[in-house]
Amino acid sequence: MADRFGMLLDVENIARMIRCAWGRGSFRIGALFFFFVFGAVALSISAQAPSQTAPVTPSAQSPAPQGLPTTPQGLPQTISPAMPRAGLNVVVLDPAHGGTDPGARGTGGIRESEIVLDFAAQVRRALEAQGFQVVQTRQGNEDPSFDDRSAIANAQSGAVFVTLHIASTGLPGTARVYVNSDLPVTTDAGGLIPWDRAQTPFQGLSRKLGDLVQGLLAQRFKGSPNAAQTAAVRQLRTTAAPAIAVEISSVVVEDRADLDRMAPGVADSIATGVAAFRPSYVVPTAGATP
Amino acid sequence: MARWIRWVVGVLCVAVLVGAIYFPILRRRLRLAAKLQQQTAEQARRELTQAVPINPGEPRVKARLFWASGNGDGTLLDSTVELPLSNDPVLRSKQVLNTLLAGPVDTDLRTLPPDAVLLAFYMLPNGTAIADFSEALATATPSGIQSEQLAVDSITRTLEANVPRVQRLKILIHGQEVETLAGHLDLTGTFLVNTSGVQVAPAAASVPAPATSPSGDKPAAPATVKPAQAPMTKPAREH
Repeated sequence: MADRFGMLLDVENIARMIRCAWGRGSFRIGALFFFFVFGAVALSISAQAPSQTAPVTPSAQSPAPQGLPTTPQGLPQTISPAMPRAGLNVVVLDPAHGGTDPGARGTGGIRESEIVLDFAAQVRRALEAQGFQVVQTRQGNEDPSFDDRSAIANAQSGAVFVTLHIASTGLPGTARVYVNSDLPVTTDAGGLIPWDRAQTPFQGLSRKLGDLVQGLLAQRFKGSPNAAQTAAVRQLRTTAAPAIAVEISSVVVEDRADLDRMAPGVADSIATGVAAFRPSYVVPTAGATP
Repeated sequence: MARWIRWVVGVLCVAVLVGAIYFPILRRRLRLAAKLQQQTAEQARRELTQAVPINPGEPRVKARLFWASGNGDGTLLDSTVELPLSNDPVLRSKQVLNTLLAGPVDTDLRTLPPDAVLLAFYMLPNGTAIADFSEALATATPSGIQSEQLAVDSITRTLEANVPRVQRLKILIHGQEVETLAGHLDLTGTFLVNTSGVQVAPAAASVPAPATSPSGDKPAAPATVKPAQAPMTKPAREH
């Protein structure tokens, strides 16, 4: 009781001090300035809050309809190809492997998972210089699953997907672009594409992008093919966007510098190829392969 | 210097000289022995798992086997080998695949790891073949899109050239479906082998999707495919 009384006295004292100070002009100006700054900061935070908290991905904005099957990660297992997309703005860059999966390994200790990260950094800079927003599937030594990597691409609006690899074989100093093997066109009754065939409607666009990038790589790296090749690349199958795999040869080089020297050329070829592809980017309708 | 000391020094010098000459020979022999031991182990494993030895009584036919071209560009080159092959498609498939696994004379042209073994081979009535390989196929195939594609292409094209009944191929590793061969190539679907006997899908209609089960089970291979989309050099993959 005594303590409460003491506190009350203290509060009264503080109030008296404020009343005295308010009489002085300098305190009044300082207090008004403080409230003004505080208010401005509060307003700016409240203005930013919706963009930070709102989902940035189309799939999150429009969650999968109830009853749809989901992947083990809780991702919707079907994708609507008719999601609104306004032009090509985003490139999802996938440095393959990582974590406990080193990918291809050379006798000189070269590890694919490490080199593709360095390549990705250079490709990223080249793409950003072309005005693209770049999203990487991994920044460090992590190993997201195939589906997690695809999910990052599938959640973007107006994106292409480029996965980077270093081969164990092939003529050293060459680079190849792969697009997914032709998959039968399928949709379910609702016009949705099953998750495990998300690449289906984008096969034509992927081929176009692949040929553009491969043509540029062939000009820089003699011995590389002139057109993109077809392969059943697992990573591409579940990606609902124009998607290519770029593979550099190879980890068997004795000196890692031989590969490092290729990075600027690879980065420039990818960035220039994606920029040249931009006018061709049209969202395919369900069940169609442009 | 006493005479016996001179003798001892002389003998030691000779011993060092002989040792210097003999050491590289010894090292070479040890390497050879290790290699032979490895080959013997591989041979023993092959003999244990080789279910279908080639029967010399069968009529000898020219089999086309696809190994690497040796250009380093991921292409295949066919070699014609005279083999006594069975007329039964399953036995014939086993025979050509075992010969493919045994490898060419030039081991640099191998497309499949030397330790890999064909454990089983089945055929379904719809022309889909199932080839079950030992784990070495997945663990010893060089990791990379090109090398993995080369391995699968050599299998599918060898079957295509020698066993017309095989229309599609499903590859298992030690009896299990695996996601990729060695980190890149998708093994969850089937690979197109022979397109001649495959039913053509109606041009305008899309192929019906297999039911996607809520449990996330892999859908079965579709009943129809579009053969026009399957380039001969790179057999397409179905899913």
